[in-house]
Amino acid sequence: MTEQSSALAIEARGLVKIFGTKRAVDGVDLSVPVGSIYALLGPNGAGKTTIINMLTTLLKPDGGSAKVFRHDVLRETQVVRQLISLTGQSAAVDEKLSGHENLTVFAMLLGLGRSEANRRATELLDEFGLAGAANQTIEKYSGGMRRRLDLACSMIVQAPLIFLDEPTTGLDPRTRLQMWDIIRGLVSTGSTIVLTTQYLDEADQLADRVAVIDQGKIVAEDTPRNLKAAIGKVTLRMQLANENDVEEAARITGEVLGTRASVPDPRQVTAPLTNSEKVTDLLIALRGASIRLLSVSMQEPTLDEAFLALTEGTRQAEVTVRQ
Amino acid sequence: MTTQITPGAERTLRNRVSVRMTISNSLTMAYRNLLLIRRTPQQLFDVTLQPILFTIMFTFLFGGAISGSVQGYLPIIIPGILAQTALTACITTGVQLREDMDKGVFYRFKSMPIARIAPLTGPLLADVVRYGIATALTFVMGYLLGFRWASLGGAVLGGLLVIFAAWCISWVFALLGVVAPTSQVAQGISSAILFPLTFLSGAFVPTSTLPGWLQDFVNVNPLTYIVSAIRQLLNQGTIGFDFWLSIIGSVAVVAIFVPLTLMAYMRKA
Repeated sequence: MTEQSSALAIEARGLVKIFGTKRAVDGVDLSVPVGSIYALLGPNGAGKTTIINMLTTLLKPDGGSAKVFRHDVLRETQVVRQLISLTGQSAAVDEKLSGHENLTVFAMLLGLGRSEANRRATELLDEFGLAGAANQTIEKYSGGMRRRLDLACSMIVQAPLIFLDEPTTGLDPRTRLQMWDIIRGLVSTGSTIVLTTQYLDEADQLADRVAVIDQGKIVAEDTPRNLKAAIGKVTLRMQLANENDVEEAARITGEVLGTRASVPDPRQVTAPLTNSEKVTDLLIALRGASIRLLSVSMQEPTLDEAFLALTEGTRQAEVTVRQ
Repeated sequence: MTTQITPGAERTLRNRVSVRMTISNSLTMAYRNLLLIRRTPQQLFDVTLQPILFTIMFTFLFGGAISGSVQGYLPIIIPGILAQTALTACITTGVQLREDMDKGVFYRFKSMPIARIAPLTGPLLADVVRYGIATALTFVMGYLLGFRWASLGGAVLGGLLVIFAAWCISWVFALLGVVAPTSQVAQGISSAILFPLTFLSGAFVPTSTLPGWLQDFVNVNPLTYIVSAIRQLLNQGTIGFDFWLSIIGSVAVVAIFVPLTLMAYMRKA
């Protein structure tokens, strides 16, 4: 029991936060294993940021408890702050100072000496591709540059637990991939990551576990794969070598799989797949009928489908689905 | 990027901030404020333009009427302007603190393992530089207009008294800045306090010329004592009773307002 809880970076039980009459966070339990990437996935206003703010000591919960590496966020605030770093949604830096000055000041606050802080600032600016803008004030930075600097500020000392609130919102695809690499690098050197995102593909690509949050509650929690499996259907797709075979192929497929196969184009046959073991039978039957295939693929359901199914009937319109 | 960090569960950490760390964090925050001043020198308008303008304006405007000549008025007006500009600079301390607290960067400060009062103590330390500039410029202007102090020691001590008193009084305006909902409100309330305090004192006119009821107010206005302490230091080169009264008064302000400001700040931050 104790061994299990020591392997958790975050352990939260029944977290509640009330704003006015709205229960922004309504009884959230979280268990984040050490060394994992954990995604909080949900539409705008679902309560993701409020959860993060409670876990990072910025907000006091109105109910429940939370521990970071077994330290209570309410009673051992200062210890928790030494174990975490937070990169919020908007850049938390001095607009009137340069990138180098910002980093130097934060580094000195974290206990580095003046020259060491200077050196670390230069190092981080290089690492995040901001060396050219080192002495420009943040006011002159583009959105992407701000995000990178903000992240660099959180990386002065690599924390064991790193919170990233929508780390890739508003980034171009290339910078977004860079961000993913940085996140994976942080995990490989021993950090645990909690990130929030509205993008399903991001949770799918990065996270070991995903908590789907809607209206202050966790509506599902699992690995991305299991979430998809629980909701979506696998589709079998076959590309034929010869157009003349298509009707025969569709008939056999329907027979063997016990479903209705469809023909989206003259060389393709698709069918929903409930039991993947039957694919072998199907392939043998097709060979028996001398039907040649160019390719066979199974299409996994997307997390989009899973997400929409989970939050169905609530506020589907607000979900940002990015391709 | 291949070296592993110490796992979170294996770290021994303390849940309190040491005095040494508080001082170090405050000094870093002061350094941050000095960087901000260097990046936006227009912040210094109030401590540069005001001493220059006011010294010239008031000297030539009131000199003849009050003392019969510009030369005769300088010993009265220079200590007055010293106190007035320093006090105006105190307002900016409170207003800028409010603006600072509304910035995104405060979000980061709050989640960092630093002394929680450092973002408050830092700017107040850095503002000593501003009071110094205001004081030095007023002396320079006075000298150019023909003002001569009795002794250099007296002048230096007078300058230090202004800076010290300003730093102490700035805690009053820091409290206003912390509790005010916006920086405009902080500015408004501070000005409403400042104007009667500076003009209804001995800063610009000999108090003997005032009607009785106004003299009563002037005599309880702490600024009157600071101004006459400075006058004595500058014009006679001596430390008088008013000097000690000013020091005691300033220390009392600090004793009352530092805890109040810290309490209000901790509740908000």
